[in-house]
Amino acid sequence: MSDVISTDAVIIGAGPCGLFAIFELGLLDIKCHVVDILDRAGGQCAELYPEKPIYDIPALPIVTGAELTHRLLEQAKPFHPQFHFNQMVTELIKHGDSDFELKTDGGITFRCKIVVVAAGGGSFQPKKPPIPGIDAYEGTSVFYSVKKMEDFRGKDILIVGGGDSALDWTNNLAPIAKSLTLLHRRDEFRAAPDSVKKMRELVAAGKMQMKLGQVTGLTGADGILSSVQVKGNDGAAFDIQANTLLPFFGLTMKLGPVANWGLNLNENLIPVDTEKFESSTPGIFAIGDINHYPGKLKLILSGFHEAALLAQQAFHYINPGKRLLFQYTTSSTSLQKKLGVV
Amino acid sequence: MAKITFIQHNGTEQTVEGIPGMTVMEAAIKNMVPGIDADCGGACACATCHVYVEPEWLDKVGKRAAMEEDMLDFAFDVQDSSRLSCQIKISDAIDGLRVRVPEKQF
Repeated sequence: MSDVISTDAVIIGAGPCGLFAIFELGLLDIKCHVVDILDRAGGQCAELYPEKPIYDIPALPIVTGAELTHRLLEQAKPFHPQFHFNQMVTELIKHGDSDFELKTDGGITFRCKIVVVAAGGGSFQPKKPPIPGIDAYEGTSVFYSVKKMEDFRGKDILIVGGGDSALDWTNNLAPIAKSLTLLHRRDEFRAAPDSVKKMRELVAAGKMQMKLGQVTGLTGADGILSSVQVKGNDGAAFDIQANTLLPFFGLTMKLGPVANWGLNLNENLIPVDTEKFESSTPGIFAIGDINHYPGKLKLILSGFHEAALLAQQAFHYINPGKRLLFQYTTSSTSLQKKLGVV
Repeated sequence: MAKITFIQHNGTEQTVEGIPGMTVMEAAIKNMVPGIDADCGGACACATCHVYVEPEWLDKVGKRAAMEEDMLDFAFDVQDSSRLSCQIKISDAIDGLRVRVPEKQF
């Protein structure tokens, strides 16, 4: 049996817009669970540009993606959001008015009254290098992530890449692999200097090999790889014997299961109205980069505005017939109590 | 205005006009040139606007910056002529630029 979690709202996506939606919904006493495919909050701010400055957040002349995420988490804290990372919402079923069921690939089932799709450009998924024939080996010899290290014991492993994932798994798998080669296009690595140092020590100790070049082809049969063809940096071609290939080329955004939820889509975006930011299905809202309406600007600040407005309509779904009194956080004791400041 | 020609993997050519100050990636997106994904919107954070600069233009577009060099680790089939098109600023000096688009960004 999978867990079933009952809550008011499920927010899909823990990027800046999803995080601010926790706050706006929280002010109206709407409790949220948040699902994200990454292992932490921040969305593109965490994955694509944690250290890059953003200049167009109101009142923050300069802020990095990481800092913005940190501040939004602080702001949402009084409302005790529950995060579910490393998973993707795969199914969204409407049972009735204000009754949705969501399932994740991590085995969680939610029952909730409203859904906020704040999925940005879609879910982050590993980039698949366009090597001819690679599909035939995926899941048997080619893996884009390591779920269980034990599965790689005794294998002849080739890891490709120069970032943290490539170096971390090189260092972790070298002791249990039969052989391990790290292939990268240059003798410089963007990974943490500590991991690079450790890798170079492993090479010096004869525990693994490091080669420079790029993959051009794969050889094997029945989904099992036997060798990988490489073009060396000097132009010379060579083979690396391997039955396991782990390419780490970073992540890319794919729309993913959103397309299967029965929502009207327009060029991979969810059309919404500009009063409630609601999709074609009442009770399912879409905010941030994933929605579309006339004049839409893909800016974080637009998503903040959208979050505030959707919360108003969400309140009516969750509290039918109840009047919503508009209040300011500067003057309302009731809002300040919720924020824990009085 | 500067003319920029994108050559697809199958040889199809598309010439677009770019305004000096914008990037080659922006000119591609504005004109819906296939094969320039630009996931991150120009922050040099994704390597999905990878192009190969035709040899005669290599000197004129200049060298990769360190950040771009790092980011090219996430591109596929990187060659000496590889650049991220979001890092090439359009100017009159590169009027007529020709770049090849990889078969797939990923």
